[in-house]
Amino acid sequence: MSDIPQDLKFAESHEWVREEGGGLVTVGISDHAQEALGDLVYVEVPDVGAAVTVGDACAVVESVKAASDVYSPVDGEVVAVNEALADAPELINSEPYGEGWIMQVRLADANALDDLLDAEGYANAIADE
Amino acid sequence: MTEPLIFEHSRPGRTAAAQFPAGDIDAAVPAELARTSGLGLPEVSELQAVRHFTRLSQRNFSIDTHFYPLGSCTMKYNPRACNRLAMLPEFLSRHPLAPVSASQGFLACMFDLQEILKEVTGMKGVSLTPMAGAQGEFAGVAMIRAYHEARGDTERTEILVPDAAHGTNPATATMCGYVAREIPTDANGDVDVEALKAALGPKTAGIMLTNPSTLGVFERKISEISKLVHQAGGLLYYDGANLNAILGKVRPGDMGFDVIHMNLHKTFSTPHGGGGPGSGAVGVSERLLPFMPIPVVGKAADDSYRWLDEDDLPQSIGRLSGFMGNAGVLLRAYVYARMLGRDGMHRVAEFAALNANYLMARLREAGFDPAFPDRRASHEFIITLKRQNKSVGVTATDVAKRLLDHGFHAPTVYFPLLVPECLLIEPTETESKEALDGFIDAMIAIAEEAEADIEQLRGAPYTMPVRRLDDVRAARQLDVRYQPEAAA
Repeated sequence: MSDIPQDLKFAESHEWVREEGGGLVTVGISDHAQEALGDLVYVEVPDVGAAVTVGDACAVVESVKAASDVYSPVDGEVVAVNEALADAPELINSEPYGEGWIMQVRLADANALDDLLDAEGYANAIADE
Repeated sequence: MTEPLIFEHSRPGRTAAAQFPAGDIDAAVPAELARTSGLGLPEVSELQAVRHFTRLSQRNFSIDTHFYPLGSCTMKYNPRACNRLAMLPEFLSRHPLAPVSASQGFLACMFDLQEILKEVTGMKGVSLTPMAGAQGEFAGVAMIRAYHEARGDTERTEILVPDAAHGTNPATATMCGYVAREIPTDANGDVDVEALKAALGPKTAGIMLTNPSTLGVFERKISEISKLVHQAGGLLYYDGANLNAILGKVRPGDMGFDVIHMNLHKTFSTPHGGGGPGSGAVGVSERLLPFMPIPVVGKAADDSYRWLDEDDLPQSIGRLSGFMGNAGVLLRAYVYARMLGRDGMHRVAEFAALNANYLMARLREAGFDPAFPDRRASHEFIITLKRQNKSVGVTATDVAKRLLDHGFHAPTVYFPLLVPECLLIEPTETESKEALDGFIDAMIAIAEEAEADIEQLRGAPYTMPVRRLDDVRAARQLDVRYQPEAAA
């Protein structure tokens, strides 16, 4: 059973969102997603300043099995990216909700998180996978 | 035992003297052009070089020595006759710039090949010029673009690509300046027609489909899809990756496709190990005839053969290379097609499908889960180890590696991406029942081992020159350059 923290919001495409206050959110991929991908060998993060749109590819995670797009769960502007992933993509495997974060986004609309799943909703969404 | 690198056999000053060119080499190169630093090439004797490369060649796991369930997706068996006839000195010594009058034999073969491919695919025209599959795809979508532009229809910016399509399809659409838009697949492996309807519109330039799809099943709604896309003003592109399954039985032209590329180096059985050379011949419907890449082989008024070029096809998307494709590959494909004939091509599709369905049925009996249990396989099928992965922790990689110990090449693993822990198995038409049964026995033995001793399975392979590689470390610390200082 994979780890699903209660305080996060999730997209069905397996990204998580943590509210940092002041319209800022941190985004990464779920424990379930990193488990399915297997050992990551490369992560491509967006540029700081880039505009991201819900559902559009914003990053790439590559494992020995496959390269997969990461879809932005929110609309907004990228204000920071996790530079450490360039040398240590395995951070996503070891700490998907901590050191393995991917980007921080300034939300275009603070209410936009209402469309995302809560922990229970996400647990149900991945239950039959 | 591992074979050292050729560099590790090297000793300074050692040479293969008998292989040296006669004469004074130093005098042949003007002093100002001569190299001053060392070449950094290995220095070995002739016999050392022969033994090194012979030993490596004996470690090949190939279709000439083992059952190879990667199938036509990679390379099926290449009958020796194709090679023999394509290597006739009259073909080998024909210069590509030889006058047409001196190339009538070669041109006659190519004209015939175009006609055979038209017949077997139901298309109205064929150009043999694309050098490989990727170029064939590029030519196909470039023709779709040329067609819309010739009609002044310039608002079409999207190519639709089902998620069960080949990964090269969205790449090709992007290369040709389109936005690739993904269409989902339903639970039975068919295109989700409602999602397709929602995506179709004035922006649709076309759709790229692989049929049978990469899920190993035939797209049953193809007639409806074809009608919907044409109604929206788009064209249909057929990726020929899985043509082996339907060769001459069902024709892309009859399904309503406007353009198709064929991997002659796969379906028409020409050797291309090591990445080439290939042939990505394209076939087109009536409406795309004017846009075919040149040159195409045509007939003159006196029934002699000639090249068709810009004067004949002024709307052509142009030339893709200096000449017309890879002549040697095209000749091999021609011999293959002529040896099979019409009935033989049908048998290829029938036996390819029969062998795949036999394997799938027997493996299912043995307790393996087909990814699409309600569907008949095409020429290939998918086994998912999702259930066994949850229960005993076995992975597709474990099974693939253990198959090597049993004397079988591994099938494709972890593709298509839509299916977890999957093995994509394609036996092709040329395998005997005994070979297929041997593979089934090995799979059963591996499944039993997974239950009994998963650690043993995780250590496989045991009998190969190289054991399980650390593919994660290899990808994270990619280092493929030999550095003598590091080795010392």
